[in-house]
Amino acid sequence: MEKLEAFPIKGFREGLLVTMGEGDWQKNFDALMQQIDGRCEFFEGAKIAIDVGERKLRAVEVCKLRDKLADRNVTLFALLSQSPATEAVAETLGLSTKKSVLKVNEEDLPRALYDGESALMIKKTLRSGTSVKYSGTVIVDGDINPGAEVIASGSIYVWGKIKGTVHAGIEGSEKEIIAALEISTEKMRIANIAYRESKLKIKPKKKVCKVVIDGNSLRFVDWEQHKLIE
Amino acid sequence: MTAKIITVTSGKGGVGKTTATANLAVALAQIGQRVVCLDADIGLRNLDVVMGLENRIVYDLVDVIEGRCRLKQAMIRDKRFDDLHLIPAAQTRDKNAISPSDMMKLGEDLRDEADWVIIDSPAGIERGFRNAIAPADEILVITNPDVSAVRDADRIIGLIEAEQKEPAKLIINRLNPAMVQRGDMLDAEDVLELLAIKLIGIVPEDENVIVSTNVGKPVALDEKSRAGQAFRNISRRLMGDEIPLLNMDFKDDFLHKLSRMFK
Repeated sequence: MEKLEAFPIKGFREGLLVTMGEGDWQKNFDALMQQIDGRCEFFEGAKIAIDVGERKLRAVEVCKLRDKLADRNVTLFALLSQSPATEAVAETLGLSTKKSVLKVNEEDLPRALYDGESALMIKKTLRSGTSVKYSGTVIVDGDINPGAEVIASGSIYVWGKIKGTVHAGIEGSEKEIIAALEISTEKMRIANIAYRESKLKIKPKKKVCKVVIDGNSLRFVDWEQHKLIE
Repeated sequence: MTAKIITVTSGKGGVGKTTATANLAVALAQIGQRVVCLDADIGLRNLDVVMGLENRIVYDLVDVIEGRCRLKQAMIRDKRFDDLHLIPAAQTRDKNAISPSDMMKLGEDLRDEADWVIIDSPAGIERGFRNAIAPADEILVITNPDVSAVRDADRIIGLIEAEQKEPAKLIINRLNPAMVQRGDMLDAEDVLELLAIKLIGIVPEDENVIVSTNVGKPVALDEKSRAGQAFRNISRRLMGDEIPLLNMDFKDDFLHKLSRMFK
């Protein structure tokens, strides 16, 4: 049997999305089965959604598709299509169709993942006179000495001591934070809010903490106690 | 033996570069080394004064570089040691008169003339500083235990790192143990914690230094001066000997941490 083209597969939380090509339904059907048979371990127990494009499929065709997949221990849970007729058929058979599947996926992406943003990694101490400006988050493995500065549109994480100047969220993002093993500077800003400098001559050192926006000011969040301090 | 070229720099002015250059030169000469010291502070020369040789200047560094005299003609022999020479700076020119490559050529020309070439750098971070460090095999950064000197030293160390030179070594100058005890002065540990480079010596505050500058007799020649002793110790460490720090009432754990830094 001729080797047919494999369809692109994308992973979602709900399952896999297989996007079929154009052309004859039977050919595409056979190709799909061949693809699954060729990688049976990968597809074993999988839930798949199939995008059939503009095809009009009849109920019997969709049932056969579902059954043949079930034979291979693959569950069809959604059929995506631009054809209203096909959508109607799918819904009658209890399958999800375009709108609902995609909606579920987007909402369910955990908020902790910020894929696609960039971060700069600096593996040295920034000495006085050094200035780092970056569009994204900055991570420093080292100290930021007095007279050095880091200016970022994202957050600033320092595995070391911040003694110099740091400005996070420079483009206005108030969700950004500043975090370090030790902070003994008062020259900090997040977005448009600056840390209120104390009148003390000797600046206090805060260990293992984050700085966040709280209302109209910047506050420390103590790591041990997980609460706002001072 | 071909010379080792050492540049003494600081960033901030007035912390003791010229004093250190003169004293290290004298201390090395005292133990039989051939030394040439060089004043790279063109326009604001004072190494000649500190060594008491200001009346013996005929030619200077810029004369050598611009070819108006031979190298040896500009080398002034010290009053006390036959194998110690000074090449003074020009007083009527400025730092743009010479370039880093001029200095590198001069350094190579001096390699066979001595065991040690010690270059007194000007203050600042511009051309004069870059000229002075260009030929260096090793760089000594001098700082005082105060916030602004340490800030400038940090900048200088960063610039030295950026030029991909060998990491610099630190001399903490004018430490006053009584003031440190009272909390009025940074202690050596605070300075080292920020600058994070190898320490090669600590020189205590000593009134004798001012007197010695005025009479042109470096304190390393004075047996009774504590600063002199510290400079003599540093010169021994440059030679590779391990000499313990002078007693300046350091905390026990500081000395322990340091003992690992003298390798």
